[in-house]
This record gives sequence, C-alpha cells and structure tokens, in this order.
Amino acid sequence: MLLETAVSFFLLVGAFFTLVGAIGLARLPDFYMRLHGPTKATTLGVGGTLTASMIYFTAVEGTSLHELLITLFLFVTAPVSANLLARAALRLKLRSRAPLPEASGAGRD
Amino acid sequence: MLVFAITVSFGAVGLALLLAAWRLVRGPDLPDRILALDTLYISAVALIVLAGIAWRTQVYFEAALLIALMGFVGTVALALYVARGDVMH
Amino acid sequence: MMRRWLPHPVTSCVLLVAWLLLNRSADAGHVLLGALLAVAIPLAVRRFFHRPVRLRRPRAAVRLALVVLWDIVRANVNVARLVLGPPARLRPVFVEVPLDVEHPIAVALLASIVTMTPGTVSCDPSTDRRRILVHALDVDDPDRLAREIKSRYERPLQEIFAC
Repeated sequence: MLLETAVSFFLLVGAFFTLVGAIGLARLPDFYMRLHGPTKATTLGVGGTLTASMIYFTAVEGTSLHELLITLFLFVTAPVSANLLARAALRLKLRSRAPLPEASGAGRD
Repeated sequence: MLVFAITVSFGAVGLALLLAAWRLVRGPDLPDRILALDTLYISAVALIVLAGIAWRTQVYFEAALLIALMGFVGTVALALYVARGDVMH
Repeated sequence: MMRRWLPHPVTSCVLLVAWLLLNRSADAGHVLLGALLAVAIPLAVRRFFHRPVRLRRPRAAVRLALVVLWDIVRANVNVARLVLGPPARLRPVFVEVPLDVEHPIAVALLASIVTMTPGTVSCDPSTDRRRILVHALDVDDPDRLAREIKSRYERPLQEIFAC
C-alpha cells in the first residue's frame, strides 16, 4: 500500500514535470526562454518516472537498479545539448527578448 | 490508485508529445525544431518506461536506453551542424 | 604500477558499475568481464585526457552534489511556476559570469550545473574559458545572480579541483 502510494506519487510528479517542460516549449515567446523548459523540467520528469519504475520493479521482481543508468545519462547529456543548442542559436542571432550580449564569442571557434 | 496514476501519466506524457510535435512543425527557426525533437525523444523515453510499468515487463528497458543514446547523438550532431556548418572538425 | 594500469580509478569504477547495471547481475563472470573493460577502456582513451583529474576533497564533492540535487528540484518547481504563469511578466536577461576556475573539466561541470539549476541556462563558455554566458528566465538583479553562481557552485568546485 505504502509502495503503491510511492510509485503513484513519483509517476504523477514525473508526468507533471514532463508536461510542464513541453508547455514551456510550446508557449514561451523566444528560443532562449523555450530552452529552459525541456532542459530542466523534462529531465526531472523522466527522472521521476524512472524512479517510480525503479521502486515498482524492485517490489515486484527484486532489485532493479538499471533505470539509474538512463537517469544519470539524461542528467549528464541534457546540459550538453542545451549548451550546443544555445550556441547554435547565438550563432544564428535568433531574436531574443533579453538584449543579446555584444562582445561574446558566440559561434566563434 | 496505481491504475489511476498510470492513466493520468499516460495522458500527461501524451499531451507533452503533442505539444513538442506542434513546436516541431511550427518552428520558427532551426534550433526550435531541434529542441522540439530533443523534447520529443526524452518524452518518448518516459512513455516507454510508463508502458513497462503498465504491462509489468522490463523488456522495453533497452529500447528506452537506446532512444536516449541515439536522441542525444542526434541532437548534438544537428546542433553542431547548425552552429558550425559541419559535424566533424 | 597503480598509476600505470589504473590511470583513472573513478572512471574505472563508473564503467564497472554501468556494466553490472546493464547486465542486471553481479555474477562472478560479469564482474570479471566488467573489471577487464574497466581497466581496458581508460587505458585506450588515456591520450584524450591532457590534464589528470585529482579529487582533493571528496567530502566537499559530496556536499556539492547534494546542494546541486536539492537545487535541481527547487529549480523545477520554480520553472514550473514561471512557465504556467503569464509569459509577459518574465524578465529574461543574459549575464556574463567571469570565471576563476581553470581546469577544463571544472569549467564544464560548472556550466552543466548552471544549466540544471534555478532559471538559468549556460550558453557559451567562451573559447578562452575566462567567463560563461548565462541566460536567466526571470531575474531582477543580474549582479546578484552572478555572485550567487560564484559563491554557491564555483567556490566548492575550486576547492575540489584545487586550482
């Protein structure tokens, strides 16, 4: 019973943050702001779902920790792709509500 | 309660996929579309894990892991292509 | 001897654990095969690491990891609030944060941490590694943000990497 509650809790938290990330992607006004939604919320969202899976399968089938691999992988890769995308956007000089920095080394390599 | 949570989560993640797909179609710029793809595959991982819980099976775990890996490589390749004009250097 | 065969003990441990998790078993056979890979892979990629990583303060590293984990959760609640609220009220800014850390891995870690925590995404670790460009979703005082990043994440990193 307690276990079921924990699994349900993590599932709902995970689904909520996944949805929030996607909503951010869909409705924020410029690219740099849209970048925030998926990189943070979606990563934690999937993390929540994976935690639920970990608890559930540990209870049903005995230790199940391999979900940890996906979680860690996502946490390591999310900043990298966000960073590269931001760099690409700066290179293309996408319009932004925050004033773009002048003398940055954007895209210069 | 678990069935309820799983159903609600399916709905939320499905909606997230639709929103990401909308952004993918809508654009307006290349980085937006890449970001939408990125969101799409991360949500797909969540969907697969959810399906695994719903059907009480772990056979889809490798699929989720592979999607995460391939999605990351794809995002990096596309972002580098846009930022630099080539992928390797 | 130790240095020669295990140039990156931490990497080796991570590889072994990842191998065991992937195979979902801790049988002797898998441990042996995993250990072989954990020794072979760091040796094979040794030449890609120019400056060795030495963790000086494991305690500080653990503390930083906990702070970051907590901040990730806080950041998400925060971003959820901002995303669901009216977008017209957000005040996004670009902030340049000058860096004191030098080690390339420390800079990369700092950029990743900034991306995962409250309302900020690091955009462009400049090629000279002297500053990073941070985009924040909703900020009233950019200078305070820069100070907070420096004191909360950079100081511990500096201690850990001793540079």
